[in-house]
Amino acid sequence: MSDELSKPFPKSAMTENERYELGRETRIQVVSFAFMIMLTIISFISVATETIPSGFVVPFILLLGTVQFALQLFYFMHLKDKDHGWPNAFFATGIVVTIPALIALILLLGETKW
Amino acid sequence: MSDHVDVSNGLPANPEKSTIEGKNKFLGMWVFLGGETIMFATFFGTFLGLREGTAGGPTPDELFSLPLVFLMTMFLLTSSLTSVLGIISMKKNNFKAMRMYFLVTVLLGLGFFGCEVYEFWHYNHVGLGYSVSAFASSFYTLVGLHGAHVLFGLGWITTLLVRYWGKGITLANAPKFYSASLYWHFIDVVWVFIFTVVYLLTLGGA
Repeated sequence: MSDELSKPFPKSAMTENERYELGRETRIQVVSFAFMIMLTIISFISVATETIPSGFVVPFILLLGTVQFALQLFYFMHLKDKDHGWPNAFFATGIVVTIPALIALILLLGETKW
Repeated sequence: MSDHVDVSNGLPANPEKSTIEGKNKFLGMWVFLGGETIMFATFFGTFLGLREGTAGGPTPDELFSLPLVFLMTMFLLTSSLTSVLGIISMKKNNFKAMRMYFLVTVLLGLGFFGCEVYEFWHYNHVGLGYSVSAFASSFYTLVGLHGAHVLFGLGWITTLLVRYWGKGITLANAPKFYSASLYWHFIDVVWVFIFTVVYLLTLGGA
């Protein structure tokens, strides 16, 4: 068994349909990469030019960051795909615990000025 | 799932999940990443709480340089794409392309890591020692923890490449490459928040 697991394969067993789906998937990945680069450039420019008031810049770049976060997770890391129910559950649990942890730390540490 | 693997049938379309071990690695990796999220959140929270405490030392406005951070972001984002392309090549049973993409991933990651080492060296040089202020410690700990993850990921992917350089894609190594690429994407996800929250928010006046 373990020897056979370490044998390379002479060809791929992908069906014509699976090959087509993978090609489509590749294009989607490249497009989402282009989106991420664009979002990154927009957020850097919006801070670097210093022309936009900071009251707008802060929520704006946080929003761009969140969009990019979702693109990475759902497209690059395939969370959008089927049979990712448990990965979604685990990661969502992580996010749920993250939010109170962040808020508590910011509030508690922010009380005393070090 | 049988005990017998007939390689003449060809590589399955999802080689990383066609053995029970591969499925376990996939799930285990996601449990780990869920936990990592929480760990990073505590460091982010600490930084956000302490970042105004510069204690007379250098301030973020004097230190941070956007062009360097932009360059680092591009390195890491592109390396995330190359590892995606590496996994796509793996599914097509194209070992040479996968090897090449993962090698490019490592090189881009090294570029990122080099920039970060330079950045820390420079900050230290202009007077931001680790214990100078609360801002300094929380900044170095958060960004340095991410840098340590990058270094670990580089070691991981390099080890896989060396170990399986001429071996081809097998049902034993496909899950390993897949887990490494998930980890690498996660590093990139954390960096998205570091460049937004640590660098851009601080310079943007929040």
